[in-house]
Amino acid sequence: MGLPKFISEALRAVARRPFTLMYPFERREPPEGYRGKQVFDLSKCINCGLCAMDCPAFAIEMVEIGGKKWPKLYMDRCVFCYQCAASCPKNVISSSKLYELAGTSRSNLVISPEPPAMGGGGA
Amino acid sequence: MTTTDLIIGPQHPALHEPERFVLKLDGEYVVDVVPRIGYVHRGIEKAAELRSYIQDVYLIERICGICNVAHSLVYVQTVEALQGFEIPPRAAYLRTVVHELNRIHSHLLLLGVVGELFGFDTLFMYLWRDRELVMDVVESITGNRLISAFNVLGGVARDVGPSQISEAKRAMEYLRRRMKFYKKVFAEDPTVEKRSKGVGILKPSSALSLCAVGPVIRGSGIKTDVRADDPYAAYGEIPFNVITYDTNDSWARFMVRVDEVFESIGIIEYALDRLPDGPIRARFPRRVREGEAFGRVEAPRGELVDHIISKGGDKPYRFKCRTPTLANILAACEMMRGGQIADVPVSLSSIDPCFACEDRLAIIDVSKGERYSARIRDLMAKYGASR
Repeated sequence: MGLPKFISEALRAVARRPFTLMYPFERREPPEGYRGKQVFDLSKCINCGLCAMDCPAFAIEMVEIGGKKWPKLYMDRCVFCYQCAASCPKNVISSSKLYELAGTSRSNLVISPEPPAMGGGGA
Repeated sequence: MTTTDLIIGPQHPALHEPERFVLKLDGEYVVDVVPRIGYVHRGIEKAAELRSYIQDVYLIERICGICNVAHSLVYVQTVEALQGFEIPPRAAYLRTVVHELNRIHSHLLLLGVVGELFGFDTLFMYLWRDRELVMDVVESITGNRLISAFNVLGGVARDVGPSQISEAKRAMEYLRRRMKFYKKVFAEDPTVEKRSKGVGILKPSSALSLCAVGPVIRGSGIKTDVRADDPYAAYGEIPFNVITYDTNDSWARFMVRVDEVFESIGIIEYALDRLPDGPIRARFPRRVREGEAFGRVEAPRGELVDHIISKGGDKPYRFKCRTPTLANILAACEMMRGGQIADVPVSLSSIDPCFACEDRLAIIDVSKGERYSARIRDLMAKYGASR
């Protein structure tokens, strides 16, 4: 039977620094392409509503501003699958690395559309 | 013989999900087990009928958080079979890579939990530390450490670049070294040996007659694996071994998983070395043609089966999913019979149970003691619920 295999492993680990990080003092940078908080570039939006139609969590609502419908995202329902970005024909939606989205109010977790000024260029 | 009833669950410290087992005891020994499932039924099959094929990918992925890639893979494969659709070869290879990463993380998770159930918490901590490395690779490839959202209808959601490939290969190399050490621990450590060898015997004949799947049946020495028997994705082109052990006990089932991690590492390295060029997804129609399709994959816990009926249109008419735990639950009861009470958690964890995935709903009329199934429409009519 012999000595348990883990004794040498456990002894070696005493000299090593811990594997865990002291969050929130130390943070890990998420990798490239991480699916965090969404970024909307509404200057490219053509108001088609495909993102709202394909959202599996029903997190996107098309709201009317200035006679056109724009996407409003409820992040408390969002499952961060990014199907909206895949469905979008104009690449309006892109991801950011922001992942610390906890809050005390659901109303803080809404990305309201800020459509580009009418007739103007873009936001 | 008079027996005593001991009820384990639905809430019990040894089970991580609610499920009830009534053990009939003769002293310390278990004579019979009556399982009772259905505490965490979520109605996903019904919900899938109300959503479009595109939305269903993400719903079905959430049947099981741990083996999410297997669930989304079997769903997209079944829908693609329904449509008679061929995915690009690069997508097939990438699906294989992420599916195997998912298998490694699921097996390491179980082996760690088993260490905790043995009372061997150090093993649990170390295994989960090394599992985190796999999660990092999954995160860099798919964009999230657990729920991958990687398989989509017609291919995969995103491509991998050279830096991700070299990162994944480095991680696999390190993990292989670590797994050699863990294999030694599982093969030789006295704690593991005393708690799992000869515990939870499942004879090959009962494994076959109870229709066990995955590592459970392979731990009883029967060579069956969907990846080898009915190759899907890129498994037809990748060499690997089907692992079997023939001691029929819980230890054999854990060792099958340890050795499968080595095979998975080999598959990932082979697939990343020979990744074909070309597109990662092809355009998949929103409306799927009328018909019926059946798909299966080897999930980390065993054979996972989907059946979809389409009447045309953008929503499935019927979606049916048989998860591996549902197939293995009777085998788990067979393992507990004849053992001691203290061996029940080890036997149960050796099937890698995932109860929320397998729960089914049956309606029992308490006053008459009748059990029947009903359609939602009938229930709503009977109890006056409105939509």
